[in-house]
Amino acid sequence: MSAPQRKSSPMDRRRFLKDSARGVAGCAVAGMGLAYLVSDARALPAQAIRPPGALDEDDFLAACIRCGLCVRDCPYDTLKLAELGYDGPATGTPYFTARDVPCEMCDDIPCVVACPTGALDHGLTNIDDADMGVAVLIDQETCLNALGLRCDVCYRVCPVIDEAITLERRHNERSGHHAIFMPVVHSDKCTGCGKCEKSCVLPDAAAIKVLPRRIAMAPAADHYKLGWEDRNPLVDELIDLPDRLPGPGTDNLVAPGGYAPDALPDPNMDGGFAPSYSLPSMGGSN
Amino acid sequence: MSDKTKLPVGQEAIEEFGWLYAHRFLLLRRASQVFFLGLFMLGPWFGIWWVKGNLSGSMTFDVLPLTDPFITLQGFFALYWPETTALIGALIVGVAYALIGGRVYCSWVCPINPVTDGAHWIHEKLGMQKGWQPKQGTRYWILTMVLAVSALTGTIAWEVVNPISMLHRGLIFGMGFAWAFVLAVFLFDIFVSRRGWCGHLCPVGTFYGLLGTKSVLRVSAVKRSDCDDCMDCFAVCPEMHVITPALRGKDDDTPIILSPDCTNCGRCIDVCAMDVFKFTHRFDDTPAPGRVQRTRTQPASGASKAA
Repeated sequence: MSAPQRKSSPMDRRRFLKDSARGVAGCAVAGMGLAYLVSDARALPAQAIRPPGALDEDDFLAACIRCGLCVRDCPYDTLKLAELGYDGPATGTPYFTARDVPCEMCDDIPCVVACPTGALDHGLTNIDDADMGVAVLIDQETCLNALGLRCDVCYRVCPVIDEAITLERRHNERSGHHAIFMPVVHSDKCTGCGKCEKSCVLPDAAAIKVLPRRIAMAPAADHYKLGWEDRNPLVDELIDLPDRLPGPGTDNLVAPGGYAPDALPDPNMDGGFAPSYSLPSMGGSN
Repeated sequence: MSDKTKLPVGQEAIEEFGWLYAHRFLLLRRASQVFFLGLFMLGPWFGIWWVKGNLSGSMTFDVLPLTDPFITLQGFFALYWPETTALIGALIVGVAYALIGGRVYCSWVCPINPVTDGAHWIHEKLGMQKGWQPKQGTRYWILTMVLAVSALTGTIAWEVVNPISMLHRGLIFGMGFAWAFVLAVFLFDIFVSRRGWCGHLCPVGTFYGLLGTKSVLRVSAVKRSDCDDCMDCFAVCPEMHVITPALRGKDDDTPIILSPDCTNCGRCIDVCAMDVFKFTHRFDDTPAPGRVQRTRTQPASGASKAA
């Protein structure tokens, strides 16, 4: 357009500044509203499980374009796209509800292959490495096995049977002479597929539920030293102090007057160390 | 302005060429909208999975990936670098729209377009005032805001509210309450702001407009000297400011509509009884003499009144 050229006057500058301020302010307000909605969308409900290989929720919402290709390539119709208002996860993002349809852990992981952006990490090639969540025996009051019955269904259906869930025998305190076969989940093996939650025989909700790892697990107490796992001493070199041996004389360091180490009974013997000598009399009578 | 200005929009063209010809690009456009939506609906409705996904990302015949470049751009701002499939898809879509005009997406593909066109139709039937008309720069502010929020929150921010993907994904995968966003746009365009959403606010359209700034396919007012000031093209154009420079240009001004806001909808071609407009390419240098100077000193001012 051949608009007549005018010299910019203070009026124009004032108008420009006013319009800019208006634009910035309007966008700031709208932007805050949008940012609020975005942060609201981050609140992924605990019962909504992301597909295998899904990035952490924060990264996921930067990566997932909500195209639904994972949903389309899921052969078991496990995955759904969240619908606004009905489902908890961010609108249009894929998730599944284990109690409805669990993940069948396909060997070729078609949902991950279908993902065009890598929101489902293409580095996941072995479904046993999937980490959709962790099963937790969350209700130990109604779980039939916990009551001392033999349901075992969660254990039986687990695709990683005897690794992700084991049955651990405990004493049944109630009856006093039965066993309880307690389902115990091992978080390093559990993929969070949800087959246990799906097949739990309780009528409504399941006693064992898949939860996101962030909810199911606590960070380890790294400031504690677990002696049974880590045998290395805290100091670099062993300090070999002289052994104090039992026997006559309390300062029996090299066994003068006492017993040489090879003369001692095996301390690993049942019942422990039993002195085969009589302690020196302390005086008095007996 | 001429006496014909008062006639119903497009009437002369209908009398001149017949109803069908005077609506040819509108009908083609509706057909295109139905076609692209239909491609995506073949799967869920009939189990024919030629195209999977939605407008945000899709896979055609298991070989052709397509990705929305605007969503990909927001992903970049959220500091996420996607897998190659998505990048290739975004590149294909981006190059295609850069060639045929970015806002071709708006008028020929976007599922919100029939909604806002419907809203505009009702708006006109009700004889509403044009209402709030945001400034030309507003859409760029909003686009900037969306990218800023994407960067600050580390998410693809616009997808949280985008009525386009809400509607499209809703039709294909299940709607939920997403219809509320569509209804909001519909009511906004009827009662608050004429052509408000697509024409002034939507950052998707703004992005595609910028993408197609140098697009090859363009509408040209090549026979502008025949213009009889009936104003019908301004009345049907969703971005009427794009017409003026081309139509009212002098001899040495290009008759080609070069504004990135033009959606290449072709409706101006439909309604013009004088056959002024046609689709062409941006390098078309067919001589297009301007109109003979009228007695009115500022013919362009009529345009804004007709708007």
